[in-house]
Amino acid sequence: MKNSLSDNGAGSARARGLGFRKILLLLALLLPALQPAAQAADIPEMADSFRSDGKIYVVVAVVTVVLAGLLAFLISLDRKVSRLERELKE
Amino acid sequence: MKNNWWKGLAVVLLLYTGVAGFLLPVPRLHILNETIRNLYFHVPMWFGMTFILAASVYYSIRYLRTPTPQLDVLSHEAAKTGILMGLVGLATGSIWARFAWGAWWTNDPKLNGAAIAMLIYGAYLVLRSSFTDEQQRARISAIYNIFAFATAMPLFYILPRLTDSLHPGAGGNPAFAKYDLDDNMRLVFYPAVIGWTLLAFWLAQVASRIATLKLKVYEKQLV
Repeated sequence: MKNSLSDNGAGSARARGLGFRKILLLLALLLPALQPAAQAADIPEMADSFRSDGKIYVVVAVVTVVLAGLLAFLISLDRKVSRLERELKE
Repeated sequence: MKNNWWKGLAVVLLLYTGVAGFLLPVPRLHILNETIRNLYFHVPMWFGMTFILAASVYYSIRYLRTPTPQLDVLSHEAAKTGILMGLVGLATGSIWARFAWGAWWTNDPKLNGAAIAMLIYGAYLVLRSSFTDEQQRARISAIYNIFAFATAMPLFYILPRLTDSLHPGAGGNPAFAKYDLDDNMRLVFYPAVIGWTLLAFWLAQVASRIATLKLKVYEKQLV
């Protein structure tokens, strides 16, 4: 019995010489260890690396500048209309 | 300035949406991934459109009760702003659909319903431009506007729910119920809806004031 249960690398190939029971035992030990790995791959992908780089803040800054620019334009238009309204009243 | 507090609120809420909308955590969902953040930008377009079109109907009804050029201008500019928001909603939805469903457009009841509703409002603009007499134009387009709203709202919100649909909030799909459970999203979504709706009213107000000024200038020139 050279094959130890801790050698889980090429388990199925070496386990050929073992009995059915021992294969089951091997699987019982291996599968719970594999499950967390499968779950890790199952987590939906998000912009994690992008966020950890800190680069998302660049996008936020750009969006803020665009929004601020457009809103400033709207505010200045609003004021111009107010001035015209005042002038027309006089 | 005292009457303009809501414009300041719009600026604050929109800037907040632009920052918090990208930085606050969102639920991890397959396929959607980070595009779930579109909820803060695509959906408020339709909310804003609905509110501003309702305002347009309100002014149309008031026009029919007491016909003044001012009420006609308000209802027309509100409808135009609503149409703009609807078109932006269609465009943003199309981009989202490309990456969530794999196609720019699908023959989905929600999408086709929204497109037909936008065409109904397109006809409103065509109808308006086909009159030379101002009072006739104002009266008939006010009546059409009421019917357009009554036809468009079922196309947006009722008919898509009666059949199968890919779109959330249609065909038995949950609308926000699923995301609503996430308090982080609620923290941005509600301010976003209020902010974009206020922006729609702001745009309509400035457009109406310019149109009213134009009317006054023409009157002065005639005298």
